[in-house]
Amino acid sequence: MSHFAVWSGIAAVVVASTVGDVLQSRAMKEIGDLSLVRHSHGTWAVIRTVITNARFMIGLAFMALGFFSLLITLSWGDVSIVGPASASLTFLANALVAHIYLKENVDRRRWMAVLCVAGGVALLAR
Amino acid sequence: MTPRKYLTLAIVILCAACGDVSLARGMKAFGAVTLANLPTLYTALLSPWTILGILLLMGFFASYLSALSWADLTYVLPATSLSYILMVLLAKFFLHEYVSIWRWLGVALIVTGVGFVAGGPEATPGAHRHNRIETVYGPVGALGEVADTGDEA
Repeated sequence: MSHFAVWSGIAAVVVASTVGDVLQSRAMKEIGDLSLVRHSHGTWAVIRTVITNARFMIGLAFMALGFFSLLITLSWGDVSIVGPASASLTFLANALVAHIYLKENVDRRRWMAVLCVAGGVALLAR
Repeated sequence: MTPRKYLTLAIVILCAACGDVSLARGMKAFGAVTLANLPTLYTALLSPWTILGILLLMGFFASYLSALSWADLTYVLPATSLSYILMVLLAKFFLHEYVSIWRWLGVALIVTGVGFVAGGPEATPGAHRHNRIETVYGPVGALGEVADTGDEA
């Protein structure tokens, strides 16, 4: 497989995983602290609230898409490139989209955390 | 941050690392799964290690969602990346895998990253449903009142 195909695969993994993570975070923000819901309505209410949330289910579908894209991309390129690149780029993309779409306060401290973890994950997967 | 929240993050970290290691142990015992020997996969799925791994990963997902319900994504992801470190330690001492100097350097970078978020606030004010209620109405009292409130803001 060409470099272009491998990097397209990595881009697909990063986009699908990031959309999945961000949609799930948005869904959980809408639902609010699960332990409060559990205390007042019980465990089944928590499960029902989560699985009937459209954003959560779409997020789950994107996470599955990200997982299968990763499996396919791993069959195209070296695991030493695909693994670290997709994991660390997903970290960076998550921070960027969380700042823009989820309006999270990503200050300098959090950017440093994301950069360090992304670098660390890339090294672990070497 | 309350002790309950620290406990939730600890469960995320423990379940993620132990779940992956259990799955790895279960799957490695059966060798590579290909289309030609697909029935092997069913046998592998019934191994105690694989079942334990799946149960732990279900625990990971539940506690991860719980953490996302009160903390920002950009807090939860770095904070729970300690699971990568636990995974390296388990790979070295439990699965007896070789851990290179580059991986130890990766561990050091992740620890530094976690240190950056550890002292900061876990959520952006008003981002989560319950703390939007707190932002609008002041501190939340009885637990039931929060969940019963409809469209709050």
